[in-house]
Amino acid sequence: MKYVDEYRDGALARGIAATISAEADPARTYRFMEFCGGHTHAIARYGLEDLLPANVQMIHGPGCPVCVLPIGRMDDAIKLAENPKITLCTYGDLMRVPGSNGASLQKAKAHGCDIRMVYSTLDALAIAEAEPDREVVFFAIGFETTTPPTAVALQIAARKELTNFSIFCNHVLTPSAIRAIMTSEEAKRGEVMLDGFVGPSHVSTVIGTDPYEFCSEEFGKPVVIAGFEPLDVMQSILMLVRQVNDGRAVVENQYIRAVTPEGNRKAQALVEEFFELRPSFEWRGLGQVPMSALRLRQTFAHFDAELKFGMVTVAAADNPACECGAILRGVKRPEDCKLFGTVCTPENPMGSCMVSSEGSCAAHWTFGRFRTFARARSGERRSA
Amino acid sequence: MTIDIEQTNKTPSRPRHRKLDLKNGRVELTHGAGGRAMAQLIADIFAPAFDNAFLAQHNDQAALPMPKGGRLVMTTDGYVVSPLFFPGGDIGSLAVHGTVNDIAMSGATPLYLSASWVIEEGFPLADLDRLARSMGEASRAAGVPVVTGDTKVVERGKADGVFITTAGVGVVAPGLDLSGDRARPGDAVVLSGSIGDHGVAIMSSRENLEFETAIVSDSAALHGLVADMVAAAGPHLKLMRDPTRGGLAATLNEVADQSGVGITIAEDAIPVKPEVAAACELLGLDPLNVANEGKLIAVVEASHADALVAAMRAHPLGREAAVIGHAVADEHRFVQMTTAFGGGRIVDWLAGEQLPRIC
Ligand code: SF4
Repeated sequence: MKYVDEYRDGALARGIAATISAEADPARTYRFMEFCGGHTHAIARYGLEDLLPANVQMIHGPGCPVCVLPIGRMDDAIKLAENPKITLCTYGDLMRVPGSNGASLQKAKAHGCDIRMVYSTLDALAIAEAEPDREVVFFAIGFETTTPPTAVALQIAARKELTNFSIFCNHVLTPSAIRAIMTSEEAKRGEVMLDGFVGPSHVSTVIGTDPYEFCSEEFGKPVVIAGFEPLDVMQSILMLVRQVNDGRAVVENQYIRAVTPEGNRKAQALVEEFFELRPSFEWRGLGQVPMSALRLRQTFAHFDAELKFGMVTVAAADNPACECGAILRGVKRPEDCKLFGTVCTPENPMGSCMVSSEGSCAAHWTFGRFRTFARARSGERRSA
Repeated sequence: MTIDIEQTNKTPSRPRHRKLDLKNGRVELTHGAGGRAMAQLIADIFAPAFDNAFLAQHNDQAALPMPKGGRLVMTTDGYVVSPLFFPGGDIGSLAVHGTVNDIAMSGATPLYLSASWVIEEGFPLADLDRLARSMGEASRAAGVPVVTGDTKVVERGKADGVFITTAGVGVVAPGLDLSGDRARPGDAVVLSGSIGDHGVAIMSSRENLEFETAIVSDSAALHGLVADMVAAAGPHLKLMRDPTRGGLAATLNEVADQSGVGITIAEDAIPVKPEVAAACELLGLDPLNVANEGKLIAVVEASHADALVAAMRAHPLGREAAVIGHAVADEHRFVQMTTAFGGGRIVDWLAGEQLPRIC
């Protein structure tokens, strides 16, 4: 399409692709994980895989907030919505995520639960103000980028002394997830073969690049913080190839347009004011990850839906055939799942990775499945 | 029960001539009850708006002259767009354009429309009048009269303002056989202009999406453009479709499915207005999935693609017409696109509702 945006210039991208091909050592394989679902989406949507040489491979990471939400938390949200006093405000993406026994928010809504799709926390806040008789709960999910807006909403709610607004908090942290991947059982067995990470720029706009230093220091893996334009992604891959070739492992910043080492101090302070670390939080695929998620501070307990409505999360098992967990840990690819494209499609998702447009399975099905068939035909397969 | 009307003629010796209060009045249940109030609603709002000889006969049906030769084409469509008024149109004009276009996609000349209105109790008469006049203007501009109609009023909360169903008939000339199953490998796929305008215009006017854009809906009747296309490529035209709900992506997939072919397109060849591209970025949408109401695609034998595109470009609604791709042999019936970056990707139906990106 005729995008005018300079960051989308196809000729430039092909130039970078040629440089990557020229500099990548044909004697070895480069396996990089793009942590964030936004990058997964960009790679699939622009067909960037076709521009990379066969020995430079991208592995999808767990950076899709919808994908990593465990079934138990979806069940919690559905239970909240079933309370006739509660209006549950949620991002549209969460509507179709399967909970236990095939339940979903979409089905709950059809059965009469008051569930409203919103575009931001502030929309939920506006509903709470307009309808003082309803208990309005915002289903908050997301990484460090979405936490400051939730904090802003809480700030306003506190100032206006709203008593009918609360947050079902599922905010999670990027660096903890990377650590979980690098220390998983598979990693100990040497099955996580990663040569570096592409980190999300929008997260670093908030937290900076410093929180990734452990990745290079402890695990010897390079990290490049990249923007979301396809050209940004291509350039960050080139930077990773160069680090690997030079035997370097440092945190580099491709997205100098907006990212600094220390990040946005003001946003951090705001988050700090309202949230504290949970000792542990369950991630789909990664299991319990210590210090990987946020909850509301004691002072703001009245805004915490979990406390306000006495919620007790019951862990629930994933569909045993669904490989979302292994895919989120970077050890399997969507096409390794037996259900991919047969039982599980975006119209009828069996796992969360098939729901969000940033999920690996959805991205591969929606944009890239012709490659699976092409590979099947030629008998060749790029296995994980 | 009182009717929301004002007396405009106070002379006691003559029967009272009561006019609807088009300024502050609202639709009441009596307006759909079949009594005098309904007759008045029709007389004051719909009859003048649609004004034509068939309607003026005041019958429950329209008796129409039979077209000679060719085949009769008929279609019907329900309109529930929200908001009712949007940049570039409203539900009244849309209900004309949409149905006229459905008929035109067969290569037919649309002849007559019917319109059935379901109105929610409490709907402002001023808005109803505006919508009816808009429908009348659109039908006059298209040269396709609304020859019969119906109004129903439902209780408050049982509808969302106004729902309209229009049906239409047209006649397709002998020798012309356009059908979704006729694409064959090698045929060219032609698009009439930029995509995504209607969907973005609608979304920009929904209250909880706070972005402003100069984009207006492309809502338009396409039968004039179609007539020129038929004249230029005649029997070499295989099929036409207007990519409405689900956008270009859904339409191409329908054609691929129905014809049992694959389709390859080039991203570079598809015009998207910069404002539409920007709004889609903001909302996390793909313009390929966004609705259009004044665009069409045609599949034509490759040998006649240039002549077809030239004829389309000569028409105001086809100025940006271009060949965007071709039908290919593919057992999987994939619609594939070469991206502006030179990579490949599938162009798929949209799963679920188009939703904004969340992070
Ligand atoms: S294809 Fe479906 S079932 Fe398989 S891993 Fe992906 S989401 Fe899970």
